[in-house]
Amino acid sequence: MAGIRVNNLDLWYGDFQALKNVSADFKEKRITAIIGPSGCGKSTMLRVFNRMNDFIEGVRTSGEIIIDNENIINPETDLVLLRKKVGMVFQRPNPFPLSIYENIVFGERIHAEKINKNNLDEIVEQSLKSVLLWDELKDKLNRPALSLSLEQKQRLCIARLIAVKPEVLLMDEPCSTLDPQATQRIEELMRELRKNYTIIIVTHNMQQAARVSDDTGFMLLGELIEFDSTQNIFTAPKDKRTEDYITGRYG
Amino acid sequence: MRNTKRTQKIAFFFLFLATLLVVVPVGMIVVIIVQKGIPAINWQFLTDVPRQGMRSGGIFPAIIGTLYLVGGAIIFALPIGLLAAIYLSEYSKENFLSRIIKLAIVNLAGVPSVVYGLFGLALFVVFCKFGASILAGSLTLGIMILPIIITTSREALESVPYSFREVSLSLGASKWQTIRHIVLPNAIPGILTGTILGLGRAAGETAPILFTVAAFYLPRLPKSIFDQAMALPYHLYVISTQVPNVDEKIRYGTALVLLTLVLFMNLVAIIIRYKFRKKKKW
Repeated sequence: MAGIRVNNLDLWYGDFQALKNVSADFKEKRITAIIGPSGCGKSTMLRVFNRMNDFIEGVRTSGEIIIDNENIINPETDLVLLRKKVGMVFQRPNPFPLSIYENIVFGERIHAEKINKNNLDEIVEQSLKSVLLWDELKDKLNRPALSLSLEQKQRLCIARLIAVKPEVLLMDEPCSTLDPQATQRIEELMRELRKNYTIIIVTHNMQQAARVSDDTGFMLLGELIEFDSTQNIFTAPKDKRTEDYITGRYG
Repeated sequence: MRNTKRTQKIAFFFLFLATLLVVVPVGMIVVIIVQKGIPAINWQFLTDVPRQGMRSGGIFPAIIGTLYLVGGAIIFALPIGLLAAIYLSEYSKENFLSRIIKLAIVNLAGVPSVVYGLFGLALFVVFCKFGASILAGSLTLGIMILPIIITTSREALESVPYSFREVSLSLGASKWQTIRHIVLPNAIPGILTGTILGLGRAAGETAPILFTVAAFYLPRLPKSIFDQAMALPYHLYVISTQVPNVDEKIRYGTALVLLTLVLFMNLVAIIIRYKFRKKKKW
């Protein structure tokens, strides 16, 4: 299992510094929420953990992000291995326009040296069970994934990710397109998944952070202002700016 | 107030008339060619070689020649065009070189077809010593339809949403794996449409094959790719202007076969595109 240790992380988009000297410790088997107003750098922060920022031109980073004793900021980092270990759930549910089955085995098809049909079936069943979709979908595995409801799609995306056997799940506002009931059920799922994964969730929704997370980091203009247990952040914030944000003075 | 209404009515009338005028020539071409060509169409016309100095018999070698040429053109143009499109849409960065390449493609599309013919003559027939042959003609047609294939393939590739690529990469797929497993399969209908439109264009052109492959009169089937061949558009030109006393219905029959071939290809392209649009849900 992997936690993530961040030391003095700086990140620039061209001349704009999006992350300023961030240090934090994301512990394993816990849910850490990153909150803050739009443009504070929380999505950027999430995307350095699996190097998805690499695709943006003019990105520079310095500092350390230690996962399993390796600084993944290093240019020599094996990105395939990193992304297998640190997976991402996106804001908009984005299944491939393939069948439910093929969506889940996508990772296996790409990574496995030899494809074994029984193995694929096993992966599909396990992954769907872990996102609590198996009973609903076990007879419809060949249906197109795009025909599912939004919530089912998002669960499927999580299942597709789990099939790759990651250790860390990055979630970028995973419920922002869902209705309140669906959101609640996804949050339940996250608590379930916490037993086996390190989860980091970026959210706009403070109530969600308060409900679901164990630790919370508050970001503002690229700085990590405060990082503490969720309980402390929401009941006894040490920084005035954290308190102002949590009580709704801005953001 | 009443005046505005009347002006509007008049304007609408002329707009409608102009639009109607577009339909008229298309309709007339089809009607005239079908009307005059149908009497010539029979089994013998489609399967026999031309006889009596092309004044009777059939057009079988020309049909086969055109199919060979179109097939050859696609064998050259599709792989090159598709690979170029993948490079341009997925790999190339926006810089001087890629702008030059894109400009070249646009210009290639604007070159008159007779210039392609001359170019094919110089390069493939003379310089490469292929002689007037199916090979030289196919290559010439291939170059002519490259821009169509590249442009439509690029559009098809670029219409695949970025989010698919993002997820695929985030699951640890390499860029090439992402293109092969996610981008290409979703772009195939668009690529196919472009390819078929290119084929239709290649089937109908006379000028590029004039100097590179087309035989005036060759009442047998080509034996190899280094053979000359007859082709429908050139055959039509020959029997319409070069050979005296050809029965009108033979000329129109040939035109009808050519038109049907091209329209059929376009129809297939339209059907593929329509089905794809209906299926696309993102």
